[in-house]
Amino acid sequence: MSRIEQKFAALRKEGRAALITFIMSGDPDLETSFEVLKSLPENGADIIEIGMPFTDPAADGVTIQKAGLRALKAGMTLRHTLEMVTKFRKTDTKTPIILMGYANPLFAFGMEKFAKAANKAGVDGLIIVDLPPEEDCILRDHAKDNNLDIIRLITPTTDERRLPKVLEGASGFLYYVSITGVTGAAKPDPNALKPHITQIKSQTDLPVVIGFGIKTPDDAKTMSGLADGIVVGSSIVEKIALLQEDKSKLGLVGDFVKSLSSALK
Amino acid sequence: MSKNKTPNSYSNQPDERGHFGPYGGRYVAETLMPLILSVEEAWNAAKDDLTFWTEFHELAKHYIGRPSPLYFAKKTTEHFGGAKIYFKRDELNHTGAHKINHCIGQVLLAKRMGKTRIIAETGAGQHGVATATVCALFDLPCTVFMGAKDVERQAPNVFRMKLLGAEVIPVTAGSASLKDAMNEAMRDWVTNVHNTYYLIGTVAGPHPFPTMVREFQSVIGREVREQMDEREGRLPDTLIAAIGGGSNAMGLFHPFLDDPDVKMIGVEAGGMGVDTNQHAASLSGGTPGILHGMQSYFLQDEDGQIQEAHSISAGLDYPGIGPEHAWLFDQKRVQYVSVTDDEALAAFQLCSKLEGIIPALEPSHAFAHLTKIAPELPKDHIIVMNLCGRGDKDIFTVAKKLGVDL
Repeated sequence: MSRIEQKFAALRKEGRAALITFIMSGDPDLETSFEVLKSLPENGADIIEIGMPFTDPAADGVTIQKAGLRALKAGMTLRHTLEMVTKFRKTDTKTPIILMGYANPLFAFGMEKFAKAANKAGVDGLIIVDLPPEEDCILRDHAKDNNLDIIRLITPTTDERRLPKVLEGASGFLYYVSITGVTGAAKPDPNALKPHITQIKSQTDLPVVIGFGIKTPDDAKTMSGLADGIVVGSSIVEKIALLQEDKSKLGLVGDFVKSLSSALK
Repeated sequence: MSKNKTPNSYSNQPDERGHFGPYGGRYVAETLMPLILSVEEAWNAAKDDLTFWTEFHELAKHYIGRPSPLYFAKKTTEHFGGAKIYFKRDELNHTGAHKINHCIGQVLLAKRMGKTRIIAETGAGQHGVATATVCALFDLPCTVFMGAKDVERQAPNVFRMKLLGAEVIPVTAGSASLKDAMNEAMRDWVTNVHNTYYLIGTVAGPHPFPTMVREFQSVIGREVREQMDEREGRLPDTLIAAIGGGSNAMGLFHPFLDDPDVKMIGVEAGGMGVDTNQHAASLSGGTPGILHGMQSYFLQDEDGQIQEAHSISAGLDYPGIGPEHAWLFDQKRVQYVSVTDDEALAAFQLCSKLEGIIPALEPSHAFAHLTKIAPELPKDHIIVMNLCGRGDKDIFTVAKKLGVDL
């Protein structure tokens, strides 16, 4: 059983949804970013998504764009991101790690080489925003060979006709993008989401998590009722941004994650 | 616009998934994918629909002013003393550049799809002006994303777009240039996916845009074929065009790709020199990568981070290139060269004085390459250069470079 499967099995027993937290690797700098990463599980994060910074994040809102630029400015590279995961795995062998980002840095690294290195570092899954099912053949087999789940995105525009195409080859879990928009945008309407999630659930056994627009413990609570997990990104990244000026605010990030986690219990 | 295609043809690309060899494709977020597929569906239906093309050609003739003349540049020919030089006068089009060709085509498609809002990105502002123009004509609200830096250096075009009723949004994200304007347009599209059509301004972006824009721009090459036959009774020997994203070059080249005797040269913007990091020559100085929905050549560092392009010409200032050019480059069917800012600036002045035509800085790059090759070629060697835009928009940039206070 993969770490992701184990995690969702354990949460099912507990009868609660997963808290998935997003941070940008290297934001605001390499060292602080690792401190933030380490603090996430102890504050209640069940699964961690780590963003791989890219100069041109066309699916991200301002908050995550800026986080990526801070990281790049601090000298973050894909290699450093993998090193950070390796270091994290020395003390945490349980928390699933998902790398999330855009295709080009992986393409420059080499898809096969990247998949091998990610597996070796202890990465469990990948979300590559601009590799839809039509194009992810450049990565899919390498990921499979290296026990990396390809986590597919499903969006409000993914209609019934298209859904099977997205489900085919998906593994780990499914990431439901709650709104048509970029990260950190408007709040989703739970009532509008419900039928779509139900429809997805009827066609797959994979866990479904909801992301985009979930900002507060209240949002987290509401959305967690609809799915197997929720993703919080921009509002955590906003707290991390404060660390650029004042490293002593690390506790703020932890407290916020703790408040999200409590809301799910 | 179908024609018989041989298996070994250069003109039968892309495949059904929009790939030109390894290049092209549809590297977009899932939210956009269904929309991209519906654009493709609408395009496939439109391109085989005679009424669509009748409307396109009607507007091309009476609104754009096509066909544009094929002009024998006698003084330029005499000046270089070698090859016989013709200009394809797409700078005489309505709005002053070739961009209007694909704007008319795409706005007709957007109407067919029932879209009620148009967005576009622009660098120099030529594509933005052309988009704003067709939106005024078709009564559609238009939002143009433009890098904040370009808003500053292309003020006259910003004013033009506003006059035409468009909203111009200065983009400050990233490096505040054309690539960031394109990112911001994608972000808008992902947010307003239901009612909005993204009118992409070159032969780039996800499939079917590179093919579709090429088909609309190919009106240039098809006219040249006919006009050349009329004037000289034969095919030209060399075609030459400037390349940013590559739309005017693709439009000129494509109808000749399967004529092995026709040589083609694409001229990239060499900025301060391709050996510096201040240029926009994605083929000469870039490597394959994935950005803006396509696999192609990009200016990037070894970690796959996209680098800023530099060119005196805002219209060429893009760190990527259309995927079909990437493929033609690998196939060596088209020769790609670059000229520097200074060479383009000299060509801008030379063309103005010789022919009484002030060219845009973009085709000035093509003219600059003419100065290198034309003198050495025999007098019966015919070159067609795409004069794809007029230079009125550039007089401020050029004056500043020449130290003239306007």
